Amino acid sequence: MPKYLLLKHYRGGPEPHRPVPPMDQWAPEDVEAHMAFLRHVSELLEKNGEYVDAQALTPARTWVRYGGPDAAAVTTDGPLPETSDLVAGWYMIDVESHERAVELAAYVSSEPGPGGEPLYEWIDVREVMSEAPSEG
Amino acid sequence: MIDEPVQRLDEGALRTLVPRVLAGLVRRGEDFDAAEDALQEALLEALRVWPEHPPRDPRAWLTTVATRRVVDARRREAARHRREETTYAEPRPAATEEGDDTLFLLFCCCHPDLAPASQVALTLRAVGGLTTREIADAFYVPEATMAQRISRAKRTLRGRRLDQPGDLAIGLRVLYLVYTAGHAGRVDLAGEAIRLARQLTLATEEPEARGLLALMLLNHARLPARLDPEGRIVTLDRQDRGLWDTREIAEGVRVLQSALAVQTEERRPGRYQIEAAVAALHDDAASAEETDWPQILAWYDDLVALTEDPVRQDPAAMLGRAVAVGHVLGAAAGLRETDRLREVIGDRHRWHAVRGHLYELDGDLPAAASAYAEAARRATNVAERDHLVRQAARARVG
Repeated sequence: MPKYLLLKHYRGGPEPHRPVPPMDQWAPEDVEAHMAFLRHVSELLEKNGEYVDAQALTPARTWVRYGGPDAAAVTTDGPLPETSDLVAGWYMIDVESHERAVELAAYVSSEPGPGGEPLYEWIDVREVMSEAPSEG
Repeated sequence: MIDEPVQRLDEGALRTLVPRVLAGLVRRGEDFDAAEDALQEALLEALRVWPEHPPRDPRAWLTTVATRRVVDARRREAARHRREETTYAEPRPAATEEGDDTLFLLFCCCHPDLAPASQVALTLRAVGGLTTREIADAFYVPEATMAQRISRAKRTLRGRRLDQPGDLAIGLRVLYLVYTAGHAGRVDLAGEAIRLARQLTLATEEPEARGLLALMLLNHARLPARLDPEGRIVTLDRQDRGLWDTREIAEGVRVLQSALAVQTEERRPGRYQIEAAVAALHDDAASAEETDWPQILAWYDDLVALTEDPVRQDPAAMLGRAVAVGHVLGAAAGLRETDRLREVIGDRHRWHAVRGHLYELDGDLPAAASAYAEAARRATNVAERDHLVRQAARARVG
């Protein structure tokens, strides 16, 4: 069974289908509904036997590279720190097919936003390369 | 538990026995590393043999078998050098108190040459008797990673003299680390830290050991009220105080009083006793409104007086004090206290969260919402982040 990473972003990706303000500016009941949906997704994946991992990342980013011999590492917050792609977290799933991964990603994207309407958030679906050579 | 038939030797009893056997071997001069390996082998052997042939004295049995394993290992190594190997007579269990062994092993595991993460892992393994699997689960790392961390730590200790009295302050800090890690994981590390701290208080008269035990008990008592059924954080002022564990509170207060009783003008209470006193005052209030903030502020004054330059050396204490100032002298005074900390911890989520609380106390809800939102952006824990987003949303609608 192939593994997929469903990546959620703080920013970046295609033009938002439905632009929304940051969550701390939503009505409290909409915040609750959104968080309840995320819990439900994890439970659903676990129940289906498709769950591998789910993690959230803080928005702070540091780009690092080797500084050369006897030099300190070089760090920066990157080109265009305000607008560049920024991953917010992921679900790692273990599923039957690419179609199933897309189906689950679309379901995650239907998470409720302000007013209880779906967020239509873009989800980045990436297949994880397997270690072993494929059979046959 | 000595002389008790093994059928009745439950897991808890065995876990108390393991550190005592290990301490005995290390005291006698065995390498910590070799002794720990040998004891693990002895435990496997026990699992195989005891169901059929329960030992009369489990501790002596384990000591004897582990000693043989140590000698075997040494013999294998020495064979190449054709050296005369040492042999041991049947060991007699040393007549030491259980607490002494805990203290001794804690000093071994909290050796200053080890990094804090290794001190914690080794303490849980050797003093707490947890399996590598359980420790790995508690910290959400793969079992192989934790096994490697433990064996590296043991290698670091190889050849070190372990008969010097260790640094109790490090041991206490490690137990507190175990306790604070305990709220998140799947293994009850908080309960384990309390168990170990309780044993430690049998072995040392140091009031800070009792202060630490009291602090853990008084905080742990509120644990059942800290999350709602959906796993959401419930702040102290909104907790259902009926859910607090009154027996733990009573024990914590008793332990704290016994620590404070031996203090004098020259020997002032240390950090853990002071923090326990603050926790006790929170636990003592029948409702949030009845909290004795002036007393809490007085204890925070003592806490920040422990360091020369508390703004730089102990900003966490200063931040706690700012909350108390806000409740005693008014929110504006509390906010002014946090201003002094901006340069040092102004980028931390807790600084923003405290300011959100103080703005809310002041009735300035828009400012509170912004501060909570800032705090949420800086949080490093999902439950706290979600809580702060909720606080911001709630403050924004007023």
